[in-house]
Amino acid sequence: MAEQVIPAWKKWLEGIGEQGVFFTRFVRNIFAGGFEWSEFVRQCYEIGYKSLTLVGITSFIMGLVLILQLRPTMVDFGAESMLPRTLSIALIREIGPVITAIICAGKIASSIGAELGSMKVTEQIDAMEVSGANPVQYLVVTRIIATAFMVPLLTLIGDVIGLFGGYIAINLTDDISFYLYFQKCIASIEFVDFIPAFIKTIFFGFAIGFVGCYKGYNSNKGTESVGIAANSAVVTASLWIFVIDAIAVQVTNLLYY
Amino acid sequence: MADNKDISTVDQPVKTDTNEVVIHIKGLKKSFGEKEVLRDINLDLKRGENVVVLGRSGQGKSVTIQCIAGLLTPDDGELTVFGEDVTQMNEDELKQLRIKIGFLFQSGALYDSMTVRENLEFPLTRVLKLKDQQEIDQRVEEVLEGVGLADAADKMPSDLSGGMRKRIGLARTLIVKPEIMLYDEPTTGLDPITSREISELILNMQRKYKTSSIIITHDLECAKITADRVVVMNDGEYIAEGTYEALQASENEFVRSFFNEQK
Repeated sequence: MAEQVIPAWKKWLEGIGEQGVFFTRFVRNIFAGGFEWSEFVRQCYEIGYKSLTLVGITSFIMGLVLILQLRPTMVDFGAESMLPRTLSIALIREIGPVITAIICAGKIASSIGAELGSMKVTEQIDAMEVSGANPVQYLVVTRIIATAFMVPLLTLIGDVIGLFGGYIAINLTDDISFYLYFQKCIASIEFVDFIPAFIKTIFFGFAIGFVGCYKGYNSNKGTESVGIAANSAVVTASLWIFVIDAIAVQVTNLLYY
Repeated sequence: MADNKDISTVDQPVKTDTNEVVIHIKGLKKSFGEKEVLRDINLDLKRGENVVVLGRSGQGKSVTIQCIAGLLTPDDGELTVFGEDVTQMNEDELKQLRIKIGFLFQSGALYDSMTVRENLEFPLTRVLKLKDQQEIDQRVEEVLEGVGLADAADKMPSDLSGGMRKRIGLARTLIVKPEIMLYDEPTTGLDPITSREISELILNMQRKYKTSSIIITHDLECAKITADRVVVMNDGEYIAEGTYEALQASENEFVRSFFNEQK
């Protein structure tokens, strides 16, 4: 038993050390000069724009379903008028950021992991390195910053679409004007609801980009390692999202309440 | 090489431009876990010389040139390029050295999200930091013409055949005008006619750009066309060296069987 556990722990600790080294390389290359703007813009398009439909549909359904699930209970308490407020707080504070981040972990972390993993297998990263170019600056820095930049934006858009889904759901059984619904939603949100949620999405984005890049960049040389990198990137990024979320809640409570 | 007692050196004149040694390897060792891949590698590459390393697959031929390029760190031994110890270099020093070294990977290793033109422009803008678009275009056209693919500039790597990929890979490496070229199995996976074309291209490019080269291969035809000097590798060591013709007549059992097997 100990013979199996000790090497596993050793490997885990080595992994933590390697991630620390990778993070240091990432930070050093941000300030190394020669930021790859064109690649950054391309990654923002790939990561942000191409995820918009998926995030939009998911957020719309989340808003719709939440209202449909909440309504019977709220009706029992005679609190139907609280539905826009309940939805907006739930969506802005927690559900919007976490659902968007989980969707992005599935789509973006896996795609970055697979892309860099495949570049590793086909020696493209080695070719970049051996040519004297800087693969970390070109491949890693651009992707991580683009993800940290686009996930908050996607979350904002997803929140608005989710609220719109809620508006549709309410109007399936009741009647509320578009103006009144959104007025109620916005009136119930304070900066203390929005700011911490927005800040944590930046960390979500960073975790998604970092894990995807780390898993892909450090994958082994073999075709199966591309699949392993993609899969492992999704699992690890999803786990990190919940860990960051738990920490963010504690920090928010300490600072604001 | 002279330090290796087992080696069957054949005294043949070697064609070189000067006697300046650009790569010096002595007693190089490299292991992966329990497996000892390089046991005692000794090699001097002179300026303008084409050295072909012949040997069976999985004998560590590629590991040697990966150590030279700083992609792998040897466990022991001397390894100097232009008189500087590669094993002691930091990241920035390695980067500077790599500008002088071209490395052609087995697969060509083209960046598959970029067009051929973007592949060729990549080292110019990122490594040489060229800004003048006219100069960049001129260099791109020059190397594309050199490798006989002037009309492939706007193609994606996925649209190219294996031979074309290797030509573009070669063009991308030569575009920065390196002083040393390292070729990793340049003809593997190609048909005999394309293999010959690639071998002749290597020779032509070496004459045009006046590079010194190490060519890793198990293709005798490639060795015959490109080599000024051939070294034969077996079990992590270089066991014989000389001109192609001299090695063909070698008494060494492994060398003889290697040459006879491929006839």
